[in-house]
This record gives sequence, structure tokens and C-alpha cells, in this order.
Amino acid sequence: MTMKVLVPVKRVVDYNVKVRVAADGSGVETQGVKMSMNPFDEIAIEEAVRLREKGAATEVVAVSIGVQASQDTLRTALAMGADRAILIRTNETLEPLAVAGLLKIIVEREAPGLVCMGKQAIDDDMNATGQILAAKLGWPQGTFASAVTIADGRAEIAREIDGGTEVISLALPAVVTADLRLNEPRYASLPNIMKARKKPLETLDAADLGVDLAPRLTIVSVAEPAERKEGVKLNSAAELVEKLKTEAKVI
Amino acid sequence: MTALVLLEIEHGEVRQASRSAVAAASRFGDVDVIVLGEGAEAAARLPGVRNVLSAASLTHDLAEPAAALLAAHTSGYSHVVAAASAGGKNILPRLAGLLDVQPIPEVVEIKDENTFVRPIYAGNALATVRSSDTIKVLTIRGSSFDPVSKEGGSATIQTLNAPATEDFSRFVRVELSKSDRPELESARVVVSGGKGMKDAEHFKLLEPLADKLGAAIGASRAAVDSGFAPNEMQVGQTGKIVAPELYIALGLSGAIQHLAGMKDSRVIVAINMDPEAPIFRVADYGIVGDLFTILPELEKAL
Repeated sequence: MTMKVLVPVKRVVDYNVKVRVAADGSGVETQGVKMSMNPFDEIAIEEAVRLREKGAATEVVAVSIGVQASQDTLRTALAMGADRAILIRTNETLEPLAVAGLLKIIVEREAPGLVCMGKQAIDDDMNATGQILAAKLGWPQGTFASAVTIADGRAEIAREIDGGTEVISLALPAVVTADLRLNEPRYASLPNIMKARKKPLETLDAADLGVDLAPRLTIVSVAEPAERKEGVKLNSAAELVEKLKTEAKVI
Repeated sequence: MTALVLLEIEHGEVRQASRSAVAAASRFGDVDVIVLGEGAEAAARLPGVRNVLSAASLTHDLAEPAAALLAAHTSGYSHVVAAASAGGKNILPRLAGLLDVQPIPEVVEIKDENTFVRPIYAGNALATVRSSDTIKVLTIRGSSFDPVSKEGGSATIQTLNAPATEDFSRFVRVELSKSDRPELESARVVVSGGKGMKDAEHFKLLEPLADKLGAAIGASRAAVDSGFAPNEMQVGQTGKIVAPELYIALGLSGAIQHLAGMKDSRVIVAINMDPEAPIFRVADYGIVGDLFTILPELEKAL
């Protein structure tokens, strides 16, 4: 029995970088800024590789949609254990709706039993691509997953909900989106980074796939949030409690 | 223009975040609401609601039947709105996929019927976006819109026939956290520890303080990575985004990615040995000193 897992990964500004709004208000500065794999996508890759290591999956295919440099992100995925990679090249910033449209084409071509992806990218914070993809495919979805078990053609997913965990059972194929607690991603070892260079990486052009990529949202402006006022330093816990009671009126 | 709001019911009442969604949606014109499962009567009492669509037979909020039901009832609506809760964020993007529109998540301000402000980069920037879709599908951040009250309205209730649930998605069980502590993301007070807590044993010293304040406990990524606290406690860009009334950070330097997860808290307190720690730049009140001395004093003073 073969079971392929497709893992979409996104190249984003590294989570440790302080983003700066561009002077013209068109977006944030990405020139010369450290880029990394979206942290939630690392968790998705880790989960897919673990499923293969457990024998629940037979192949892990990473796919990224973006500029040519997104191949670095794919190489990271390969170094973490993905078997091969697909880059869908575009210089446009695509919205989740367009990304899901492109992923649907890849899903139809690759016929995975599971699409495992991060619940959201830490740049646009949309938290939408997995759900839209599931809708377009007519597949069930397990969002915000904290545990994934595959058995008898179904996936049992523990999901993070407000106030606890919900467990659902989905018929495969399905889309699962990874939340923080799902696992702790491994670091790619140097030998694995070397090995990843030799793994297959196919490149396609987004424009050739027949998907409407036109954005539905126009960015009117991007602005810095209001700065917080500089606070005061206090000398004792007693003084702090006093301030919290009488000045801030918060306790 | 008319908006349709997906409500969530908890203990027989409409959740506060859903009442904020009703308030936000009223900016667009008339408001109808849809309730999955029980709770149509509570929804009908919300002020400003015209019509309640009730799908009482949908007992669990599985996204597949919920989005299918919504998609079958969007005709005549200009906007579909929900709170940016776990439920709203599960169902509404799927609805958007069915309708082939681009959802607009976590809206914090409505400029006009097509133009919305939403945080990106974990709130480090605010994007104003204009949608060209004919139906706008949006989730709103509850803390950004004052909720409508629970009583005062008398909407009509219309019963919907829910679509047959398909076997491809099944509810198994729900496990609500047994902890007496509030959830991190909805807590009024959050007490957070960083690497300065030294180790997992010392991290537990936050518990009596949290108990006194009825607070949730959070942790920085550094504290989580060092094994002091489980990942589910992580506050930050790669963890949970919180905005409590009071956030107390102990032994926590305030790395950028942590600040992104808590800087919208109303009052921030920082206790840290290092006077140069970046956390002091966002703190309303700071104490420079040894947290293991200050922590018991603070407990006593409360």
C-alpha cells in the first residue's frame, strides 16, 4: 500500500526578525532580511516524516509556491526528511485562494492520501489555505491538529479548540493543518543537508498551471501599530500592587 | 446590504466574541444570524438581529456540514461574519473556498463595506485591504468590537434543514481542559515566565501567583525550548497571541517574537534582573531585580 503525504511549505521572514514597515506603506521590508521556513510548516514536515518512519506513509513530497529562492526552503524540507520537492515559481505575492488553486493542481497530479500543512503562515497570518484547499478538493479537514493517527483508511485528528481538544475522524484523503503542539521539529543534520542536495527538485511555473492568480484583496496601506508609551520603573512589589490597584485599576 | 453572522453558543448563551461579531456586522446593514445546534432562542434575543437561521440538528461544529450549510444560504447576503475563534477560523475559510472568494481573517477595524484593517506579522504591522469579492467572508477579532448585549431583541426564528452529515468527517469526542486556570487566549490576567525562571522546578513558582490572580500561565519560547514549560504555554509569534487586561512577565527578556504575542495587553508588568531587557520598553510598570526575591513579596502584597 502506498500513501503519499504532500506538504506545502512557505518561505517567510524569519520569526526572529523585527519586521519594518516599508516607507511607502506598501508592505514590509524584505530586502536583505533573513528568510526561513514558516515554523508551522516545519511542524507539518516533521509530522509527515514521522508518519513515513512509522510506516503509515510511504513518500513525503514538499511543495513550495514562490520566488526562485524558495528552493532553499524546499532543501530544508528535504534535509528534514522529505523525499522530493516541487517548486511552483512565481514572483507575485499570492493569496491563499490562489495558492489553494495551485495546490489543487498538484494534488490532482500527485494523488496524495494526506495533505499536511502549517495552520498559518507567520507573514500574512491568514490561516486559510488548508481550509480552502479542502473545500476545493471536496475533502474533509482537520485543522489546528495536535495529534494525527492514521489507521484503516482514516485519520484520527486531535484538534486545538477554545478550551480544550476535540477529536475527529476523517476518511482519507484529507487535509490536516498543524498546530504548535503537534510535535517538535528536528534540526537537519549536516549529513542530511548534504544528502538533500541530491534529492529531486522539480520546478514548474505558476503561470503555466491554468489557475486564476489575480488577487481579490488590494492592499490599501500597511502601517506600524501604535507604539506603547514608555512605562515607569518601580522599587518594590508593594509599590507595584498599589499602582495596579489605584492607577491601572486592573486588580 | 445584509450580513449573515455565524454564532457560537456556550452554556445556552451566545458567546461574547460572537456578540462582537454581531456588533461588527451591524455596520453593513441588516443582520441575520445562523446557529448550529441548540441556542436559537438566545440568538433571537440579541438586539439588532432580524432573523435567526436555526440548524438545530447539526450537533457538532464539524466544518464540512457547517460550511456546506452556510454556502447553501448565502444568497442575498453581502457579508458573512464570524468571530475569529477556533470555530470561526475552521469553518469560514472553508466556506470561502466553496464560494471561491478570498477570506479576510482577524479584522480589527471596518473602514467601509469593502475595506478592512487586519494585523499581519503577528500584529507587527496593520494592513488595510479592500476586497473585490461579491460576498465578503470575514472573521473579526472580538477584542476590537464592543459586543451587543445579550437581551433586547426579538428576531424571528427560521428552521433550516441541515444537510445529511457525510461519513467522511466524524465527531469522536471532546476533552475540555480540566484545569481550573483560564485559557491563555481568553484569560483576563496572564503570568508568564522566561529563561530567568532557571529550570522547570522554579517555573512552578509562578503557580501560586497565578492562583491569586486567577491568571493563566504563559512562557517564552526560550523557556519552552529549555524544557521549563510545555509548548502549549508558549506566548509569541510561534505560539499563542494574547491580549489580557494584565500581563506579568517574569525573568523574560522580551525577544521580538515574544513581544509580538503579548504587546496588545492592556497593562504590562515586567520583572527582570537586566535593566536593558527589551521587555521594559513595552512595560507600563517595571521592577529591576531578582525575581526569586520579588515573587514572594508580590504574592504577599496581593
